[in-house]
Amino acid sequence: MAQVSITVNGKTRTEDVEPRLLLVHFLREQLNLTGTHVGCDTSQCGACTVLIDGRSAKSCTVFAVQADGSDVTTIEGLSVGEDLHPLQVGFWEEHGLQCGYCTTGMIMSAVNLLNDNPQPNEQEIREGIEGNFCRCTGYQHIVNSIQHAASKR
Amino acid sequence: MAPSPVLPKLVGQRVKRREDPRLIQGLGTYVDDIKLVGMQHLAFKRCDIAHGSITSLDTSAAEVMDGVEAVFSGAQIAEFLAPMPIGTPFPSPDHRAVANDVVRYVGEPVAVVVARDRYVARDAADAIRVEYEELPAVIDPEEAMKGSPAVIHKDFANNHAVGPFHSGTGVDADGNADDTAIDQAFADAEVTIQQRMVNQRLAPTSIEPRGVVAHYEPGKDAMTVWSSTQNPHILRTFIALLTGLGEHQVRAVAPEVGGGFGSKINIYGEEYVAAVVSKRLGIPVKWVEDRSEAFVATIHGRDIIAYVDVAAKRDGTVLGLKMQLIADIGAYNMLLTAAIPTLTQLMVSGTYAFPAIRATVTEVFTNKTPTDAYRGAGRPEAIYFVERTMDILARELGMDPAELRRKNFIQPSQFPFTTQMGAVYDSGDYEKALDLALQNANWDQLKAERDAAKAEGRFVGLGLSMYAEVCGLGPSSSLPTGGWEHSQVTVERDGRISATTGASPHGQGNETTFAQMLADQFGVPLDHITIHHGDTNVVKQGIGTFGSRSQAVGGTALHLAGGKVKKKMAKFAAALMEANEEDLIFENGKISVKGAPSAGTKEFSEVAAYAYVPVPLPEGLEPGLSEEAFFEPSNNTYPFGCHIAMLEVDRDTGEPTLLKFVAVDDAGNLINPLIVEGQIHGGVAQGIGQAMIEEVVYNKEDGQPLTGSFMDYALPRATDFPRFELDNTVTPTPVNPLGAKGVGEAGTIGSTPCIVSAAVDALSGRGVTHIDMMLRPEKLWRIIHGSGGQS
Repeated sequence: MAQVSITVNGKTRTEDVEPRLLLVHFLREQLNLTGTHVGCDTSQCGACTVLIDGRSAKSCTVFAVQADGSDVTTIEGLSVGEDLHPLQVGFWEEHGLQCGYCTTGMIMSAVNLLNDNPQPNEQEIREGIEGNFCRCTGYQHIVNSIQHAASKR
Repeated sequence: MAPSPVLPKLVGQRVKRREDPRLIQGLGTYVDDIKLVGMQHLAFKRCDIAHGSITSLDTSAAEVMDGVEAVFSGAQIAEFLAPMPIGTPFPSPDHRAVANDVVRYVGEPVAVVVARDRYVARDAADAIRVEYEELPAVIDPEEAMKGSPAVIHKDFANNHAVGPFHSGTGVDADGNADDTAIDQAFADAEVTIQQRMVNQRLAPTSIEPRGVVAHYEPGKDAMTVWSSTQNPHILRTFIALLTGLGEHQVRAVAPEVGGGFGSKINIYGEEYVAAVVSKRLGIPVKWVEDRSEAFVATIHGRDIIAYVDVAAKRDGTVLGLKMQLIADIGAYNMLLTAAIPTLTQLMVSGTYAFPAIRATVTEVFTNKTPTDAYRGAGRPEAIYFVERTMDILARELGMDPAELRRKNFIQPSQFPFTTQMGAVYDSGDYEKALDLALQNANWDQLKAERDAAKAEGRFVGLGLSMYAEVCGLGPSSSLPTGGWEHSQVTVERDGRISATTGASPHGQGNETTFAQMLADQFGVPLDHITIHHGDTNVVKQGIGTFGSRSQAVGGTALHLAGGKVKKKMAKFAAALMEANEEDLIFENGKISVKGAPSAGTKEFSEVAAYAYVPVPLPEGLEPGLSEEAFFEPSNNTYPFGCHIAMLEVDRDTGEPTLLKFVAVDDAGNLINPLIVEGQIHGGVAQGIGQAMIEEVVYNKEDGQPLTGSFMDYALPRATDFPRFELDNTVTPTPVNPLGAKGVGEAGTIGSTPCIVSAAVDALSGRGVTHIDMMLRPEKLWRIIHGSGGQS
């Protein structure tokens, strides 16, 4: 066992973990933050996307021990009190989700995209979420959702 | 007193979804989010060969690992779990959830581990040692049909699972075929064309893999199974059957379900194993599929070959169509496997009134993952074959592809129309959809753009397809599970409305659309309504969500149940207001007398409260406001539409790029056009995926899957699509009072042929008339650069 200290959604968590424990399982199983999902085992689908020190990362591809000392934001940490994040609003307004499984990771990737490029054009949005699979929407309403959020900045 | 609000009518409006707030905040509960005290985890040891006999299986190393609760071999599981049932009336070989003698596809389970957590369970599964005597792998279905190189199931000679099975012109109810009419059609033809086509194998790939939690409680002698399923009531029936419990002792729950696309209709071995292991050990157990597991353990879709013959006159009138269909169904029959190719057979007529059609289907076992329903389930294959045929014929005749279709349509006056295949199409106006699509795409201008591009030496092409499909599945004569749907609507004591639906959603948005319907029906605000689904202890009866049936069948059941409650509520209101119940109107949260507001108005909630404390009790009424309805449709519904694609192939790389996609769909009346758009987008994306980049591939020698992860199986990404241009026509169905047909699968059905036709059009200067999917750049490059041949 190794001890890690990771700040998750503003709260520092000190926990004993197996060295091989993936960050996504640390979040889901040890902290019960189940909004971060697992959709594959080869780092392709992006359902597990979180922010590590402000940058998007696929939490199935990071060991918990690698995140020791980091600041992690998950979907549960995105809204401020009762106020939804503009991207959450965008996804709701523009029907950017159907089954909802990819949605949380998709939103976290979009947060990263808009941090880098606050006013992306459509092609830049499509490229910005290329690391996230959605099987339900055909992506068009997701693009609209991100445009909606960008327009409110 | 504040003026009462005027509530807008919601049916037909783009109401944003009520499911979303929890999902966008990560607050939905999917199966893998469920944790129970004392819960153990399952992992399956899966075979890594395509065909062979198990000669030894050693679990000793796994059993002694720290954290391992139990290990069961297939033989041990067989002691308390019978072979898995199927849901179709076809003969089927024994299929064990965990194989105990012969393995028949890579990924078939051979043992199961129960352990403290998923890491330990996986380690222990890896520690199980299995030896096999390998048998020849049967991979090519056309070889398999000759019994070569092996027979997979001893009672199924030549690996024939079903058929050959004839249908269409000249075929009687017993399947006897009289060829006179079909032969005459070909004898009269001025043009005949033959083409072999393949509708390739696909992986459905919901982003949430499958998963199950089973919890048997010995004290209650009751089982709860949470599963990522499209149909919890069917799950309950089958779990009861195989655990020896009654349906009254089994509760099945579909929590938040992360997509299904047909693949979560089937009741899988892992679900049965979780249930019986929980029962045997008396502890809750969880199993969640890995993605690489999903590529071999979850059903595949499509995989059907067609040999097509078409007979026509020079003016484009089609006289006859023949199809020999060969379906590669993989190693076993699953819940609906055998029925899917028969849907292809049923729908080969598409939108056309061809006077003679014959389709023959043979379903063949091979050493691959079994196939079953994948979005569209039989209809995309049918439409692909007939629409590609029409495209080839148009090219041969030098006709515009739209004009050829127009010449052969079933006309609006002919509905209800009984096809040569025996389907009774409910309603349609195909020319209207075609004309709107041509107008929206600006067809003539697109042709000019294509011609200009070709003149510059670019490879740009246009494709068009029409489709008619069968959905809104029911009546019970067409579905062994039952073809009805159920709903119970309750006006609670406080005037809020709870409703249940057996149509268990997994992204379809029923919590929104069904609430829209009830809000209008009762004249109450949307947020006074909750739609319950997915839990068999809450939803008394149901069939489930597949075959684009939620709205047409489930929505109608809800509408009927709502109507019954409203009628009873009107009687209570009439008693309270001393009015005639026929004269009451429900609107803006109130019940009042039509045309006579002075006669008194009651708050909706006041009448509800009275119904539960009915003093005095009106004569002939029981207390309470809760009614249920089963809706059995008289027929399926038949949506239709027209899809148009423009595509360019890069000369140097062979890479195809979709430039434009225009769709006009007709699903009858729409409850929520925003949600309908989402359904079309998603379906079209899957159709484009099939046409352009998706394909499950097996090694032809040893049957190893070569597309076993997202590294190898190309799931479409956001950059793979242009912006889709949608529109719709509205031709209501007479089959249900809503006039709604169903829309979940249409996008996958209409889209693939127009994309392939666009690629053929782009490369027509190279002499090509057909290209099999998917449009691999190498394939296209070889056509451009002359080292390819036909496909």
